[in-house]
Amino acid sequence: MYDYNDFDEQFVRERVAQFRGQVERRIDGSLTEDEFRPLRLMNGLYLQLHAYMLRVAIPYGTLTGARMRQLAMIADRWDKGYGHFTTRQNIQFNWPELRDVPEILEALADVGMHAIQTSGNTIRNVTADHFAGAAADEIEDPRPVAELLRQWSTDHPEFQFLPRKFKIAITGAPRDRAVTRAHDIGLRMIVRDGEPGFEVVVGGGLGRTPMVGQVVRDFLPKADLLPYVEAVVSVYNLLGRRDNKYKARIKITVHENGIDRIRELVEARFEQIRPMFGGADQQLLAQLEQSFSAPDFLRKSTDAYYSARNADPVFRSWADTNLAEHRDPDYAIVSISLKAHGATPGDATSDQMRVMADLAERFGHNELRISHEQNVILPHVHKADIPAVHAALKSSGLGTANIGLISDIIACPGMDYCALATARSIPVAQEIATRFEELNLEHEIGPMKIKISGCINACGHHHVGHIGILGLDRAGVENYQITLGGDGTEDTVIGERAGPGFAYDEIVNAVERIVRAYLSLRSDASETFLMAYRRLGAQPFKDALYPKEDEADAA
Amino acid sequence: MTRAFTPKIVTANALLEGDVIYLTADDRWSRNLSEAELIDDEAVAQLRLLDAERQGGVVGAYLADAIAGSRGPKPAHFREAFRAKGPSNYAHGKQEDRKHV
Repeated sequence: MYDYNDFDEQFVRERVAQFRGQVERRIDGSLTEDEFRPLRLMNGLYLQLHAYMLRVAIPYGTLTGARMRQLAMIADRWDKGYGHFTTRQNIQFNWPELRDVPEILEALADVGMHAIQTSGNTIRNVTADHFAGAAADEIEDPRPVAELLRQWSTDHPEFQFLPRKFKIAITGAPRDRAVTRAHDIGLRMIVRDGEPGFEVVVGGGLGRTPMVGQVVRDFLPKADLLPYVEAVVSVYNLLGRRDNKYKARIKITVHENGIDRIRELVEARFEQIRPMFGGADQQLLAQLEQSFSAPDFLRKSTDAYYSARNADPVFRSWADTNLAEHRDPDYAIVSISLKAHGATPGDATSDQMRVMADLAERFGHNELRISHEQNVILPHVHKADIPAVHAALKSSGLGTANIGLISDIIACPGMDYCALATARSIPVAQEIATRFEELNLEHEIGPMKIKISGCINACGHHHVGHIGILGLDRAGVENYQITLGGDGTEDTVIGERAGPGFAYDEIVNAVERIVRAYLSLRSDASETFLMAYRRLGAQPFKDALYPKEDEADAA
Repeated sequence: MTRAFTPKIVTANALLEGDVIYLTADDRWSRNLSEAELIDDEAVAQLRLLDAERQGGVVGAYLADAIAGSRGPKPAHFREAFRAKGPSNYAHGKQEDRKHV
């Protein structure tokens, strides 16, 4: 785990002091809103529908118990006792008051956190595989590189006013759990001739013009990573369109210029700047690798885990869905669902945050992760301790056994909070989860990713949902469009629009019709929704969604 | 024929709390939509917006469509209905305030 050095500490404290002055000048009227807005956004402070919202970065989704506990303290003291974890591994507080924000930032600085560059046309929080350092299929922990990128991109003078926001995701495993192909730059670690390096993908993104990223370099040695990423951002900084906000993301730059032209420019720029790095980045990376070294894994019997599995069907069911394979066979990765049926996806109360902090400290080598799917991960739990972890989670409303199932829904805040939203997403997610809980079909349906966005900007990743839902405003009424067959893994696929949208009170029924069609069409229970969709195509699902008149009457 | 003018209200967010506020006929800012001034003349609406933008303690004033109701103006669009009410997943914001009244 990386802890701030004196330089980081001083930098963050100075920014807090500056912002404190800026807030005072805004309140006494010396700054207008037009002057203040860019300053507050640089510090992650938005003004939404009902209140301010503070977006705090959780670099590469990694937290310690102490940091999680401080987030709980902030939620209690300055917000309404909860926080919302987002698809970019950030946490959002929905109700801070302007006067309190400098104090909140000070409290974050106390534990080595901040809200810098969580908004604006800058390089945003670098996201990573939430199983980093723990996954059985991992080549290397990507977080030292992610931290290197964080330090390089924070307050980088050349990249504070990019054409548009810029998002980087990184994974150290061939299985992509970080949606790298839907990022401005996606870095996927691979091995060539025994040497770890990265496949570099550029120009991915969702939003109003969804695009799957393209490979700009099929193998980049690790040592060249920073100059290469800088070359990409620097080419984009010059070439990206500042004339039209909707054409300003690098995905459009890549689309308009072609990947070959982009590659040519990036490689030329890379050759030019590589000598200037002079090895300092590699020295720093070597230090960072030390601070992310694996914990001292415990050696003890795993019997308690297996006897709990045999004795307790509730535990077994939870273990089957919420545990993932750890690189140490005596360990498991525990995914804590923040998707209790009927609850708001990604929300945790301050009490729940403290429970998770305690569990990390007692049983998890003091590590927590936030996943882009809006859940919390204990990456290193010895199997012997998993029954105790499950018992504690269950008694805190955190024991839901639904990871990867139909109620494990990504949903953006939508029109319940967001000023950009065109429709609500949270209640749609709540109602879908509740419906399938009532039908008791969730486990029979198996792996299913539903992702909901409340506007075209696609924060809820609907394009890569197996079933994607996009909330729109159609003539003053909420209307929900469905996309089918999206996939956010290493084989990223943008879902296909099914047809006309559905009214708010029709959308849950529409989803149920798709799911029932899948259950009747699948070859057997081992064929997942996505496999069935790929085998059969969209048509049978469209037929179920839009039944002809006589069939609708008969139903 | 010119299109009928949809009546307007002036609304904004409060600088300190961010809460949704409405301009009243007697030049106060109210937290309740029912107290808002319903303006049915386009030129007056523009002037009232200019008045609002000059005031301190207010962020992002704009004109929103509204319709006359028995207890003051009502939202014409669902976005304004959510702003007037608060989020639907928790009884927070204005709903919370109402519990205390």
